[in-house]
Amino acid sequence: MATDEPQVSTPPPGVELLRTDPDLPPVGVIDNRAPSPTARVALILVALLGAFAWTMIALLRGEHVNAVWFVVAAICTYLIAYRFYAKLIERKLARPRDDRATPAEALDNGKDFIPTDRRVLFGHHFAAIAGAGPLVGPVLAAQMGYLPGIIWIVVGVVLAGAVQDYLVLVISTRRGGRSLGQMARDEMGTVGGVAAMVAIFIIMIILIAVLGLVVVNALGESPWGVFSIAMTIPIALFMGVYLRYLRPGKVSEVTVIGVALLLTAIISGRWVAESGWGETLFSLDKTTIAWLMMFYGFAASVLPVWLLLAPRDYLSTFMKVGTIAMLAIGILIARPVAQLPAVSQFAFNSAGPAFAGSLFPFLFVTIACGALSGFHSLISSGTTPKLLEKESQARFIGYGGMLTESFVAVMALVTAAILNQHLYFAINAPSAATGGTAETAATYVNSLPLSGPKITGEQLTHTARDIGETSIVSRTGGAPTLAIGISHVMSGVFGDSGFAAGTKAFWYHFAIMFEALFILTTVDAGTRVARFMLSDSLGNLGGPLRRFKDASWRLGAWICSAIVVGGWGSILLMGVTDPLGGINTLFPLFGIANQLLAAIALTVVTTIVVKQRLYTWAWIPALPLGWDLIVTMTASWQKLFSADPAVGYWKQHQLYAAARDAGLTSFKTAKTPEAMDAVIRNTFVQGTLSAVFASLVLIVVAAGAWTCLRAVRSGGLPTTEDPEEPSRIFAPSGFLATDVEKEVEKQWSAPEPVGTRT
Amino acid sequence: MKVIKGLLWWFTSVMGDHDYQRYVEHLRRRHPDGPVPTEGEFWRARYADADANPSARCC
Repeated sequence: MATDEPQVSTPPPGVELLRTDPDLPPVGVIDNRAPSPTARVALILVALLGAFAWTMIALLRGEHVNAVWFVVAAICTYLIAYRFYAKLIERKLARPRDDRATPAEALDNGKDFIPTDRRVLFGHHFAAIAGAGPLVGPVLAAQMGYLPGIIWIVVGVVLAGAVQDYLVLVISTRRGGRSLGQMARDEMGTVGGVAAMVAIFIIMIILIAVLGLVVVNALGESPWGVFSIAMTIPIALFMGVYLRYLRPGKVSEVTVIGVALLLTAIISGRWVAESGWGETLFSLDKTTIAWLMMFYGFAASVLPVWLLLAPRDYLSTFMKVGTIAMLAIGILIARPVAQLPAVSQFAFNSAGPAFAGSLFPFLFVTIACGALSGFHSLISSGTTPKLLEKESQARFIGYGGMLTESFVAVMALVTAAILNQHLYFAINAPSAATGGTAETAATYVNSLPLSGPKITGEQLTHTARDIGETSIVSRTGGAPTLAIGISHVMSGVFGDSGFAAGTKAFWYHFAIMFEALFILTTVDAGTRVARFMLSDSLGNLGGPLRRFKDASWRLGAWICSAIVVGGWGSILLMGVTDPLGGINTLFPLFGIANQLLAAIALTVVTTIVVKQRLYTWAWIPALPLGWDLIVTMTASWQKLFSADPAVGYWKQHQLYAAARDAGLTSFKTAKTPEAMDAVIRNTFVQGTLSAVFASLVLIVVAAGAWTCLRAVRSGGLPTTEDPEEPSRIFAPSGFLATDVEKEVEKQWSAPEPVGTRT
Repeated sequence: MKVIKGLLWWFTSVMGDHDYQRYVEHLRRRHPDGPVPTEGEFWRARYADADANPSARCC
């Protein structure tokens, strides 16, 4: 080891080695060297390329903007933001200390607390945060044109979404990996904490319901889709049994088998759907699918994890990583051209068929997950911090992970932007507007103020036949649009004639399957998490309810699961049967809920930063918090009180109530008295939910502001950071190890290191 | 070849193929005299833990 000594004692200038034990190699590297000339040139080139791509997108607004520029602009911006802004946040706020043990190291139990390789943890973290949200939101937002969407997805993630994910990860890592709800209570007192927990619970319920609605809309009257999604359940059961009784631990092996079976299910779906028995068995109306989904959610919540939930999650992870990589490569190869305008007129009025409301605030609420997702704060606290090896890796995992998610959103926007505008609106307008048939839908979209060639009913039927469906009219929810876009891209790569004839239908159902798989994973895992939140809260009330705390009490598990499923199921059924078109009215509620959760997370972060007296840099979390509050509060206000019935729940409610009182039996899109009653009831429920969310979040923000004020007055307050423990392991900080880090790694892996390793 | 090997290692690690081996190493290091569960026992215990402490999946 003597040969290593000189290198250890004299690191290159600008580099500091951290040691906690003289007998051990360094446990951390602080690298303050200026970037090398090559790195500088590379950064400048990336910046120039990014600026060029943005110019192509924003200024050369011909009809022929190539979708590749979206991808290039996004990636270049991410690289610059990661290098500079994330680094600034690291230096000024996160201030990682690699001589301090993370919870994963300090509490290492080989199970849920384990120091995990940063690249593997990145995969875990990404699989946990990525879902259907960033795929669906940008597709709906495309009705305003591609430009507002791409700008917000990229700018939003850099200044808001990635900042939230990163800083929540940082504060939770310093607090033993505690959850957001617990941190809210610890840092802002009981009132703020309880309001945060109730808000998190209700927000989860609404998120599950609206995502469920997306799946139901994609599967309604689609025997092919229903068959292939239904097959995921027996496939998962098989995988579960295989892993438990045949070959425990062979996770990749069983997942590859599962995916092969899944592809077989998709391919054979056409044959099943076209056979007489298959069509009668699997052509289900939306209400039936909604009930089946509730039944599934309940089953997944009470059945043991190994049987259904875990194998489903393996399939989902595999598909996530695989399909997203495939789509990115597909876009680069096929290089499709955007058909949507840069900015459409629906950006400025509330007449948009896909969702109601003008650009501000509804663009931000609709895109939600791809730019800022409150839900991520539940992963960044609780799960990921327990696996983080080194504090300095939080930038790569937290900030970098969210950049990747945003990239998924960019690709979703691309798939929508390359569709014919008339086709886009025929798919995304509610059936109350399109009339439900190809002919009426063509008439409707041709009456919209769109550019480009008009569409005929025949063309719509033809497109439907191409993808193996009977109709594509009013398949709202974003998933079918995305699936058609993906089938365009992939058949652009592989062709759709000769040997590859009919592949469009395969890719469409592949994409539907992949979205449904994500969403059902969120539904089953979410139901289970919400069930535990509920039983914990009930148990905390004391008295005879204390028994709910016992996780092995089966009856308690059944009762709580039923309450949770009943909660999201009733909203789901309401959306499915809504005469106004469920997605149109409910999706904004989903977005608002998600963004309000982000407001809670950013409030907790800002409060901690202020308590630590980091006033100069408190704007870093406060800026997205302020913006998010302006957006969500304006959106909530408009949803409640707007005089425009397309936007305001109460206005709609009053109009329909007045019509009923006037003795009318049909009013606007509601053709029967029952439908009118449904609108009156739904708008009441939606309005109430909006008001409850907004109030709960305002309570949390007020509690945060009060704590900040107290902190400023008394010159900082103690936070609930765990006492520090010296670290005794080493790992590089970023994706690639630097030269010095490699050198230190070599010392750690030397056969007989000085001293003993733990 | 090295790249493919690396990708395979990454993917199998993300899926959890090496979790048992990692746990055994953990036990050897921290509790060298304690009993070591079989792979089947390890996964049973792990799913039982997951039953009691569900982790969320995002939207």
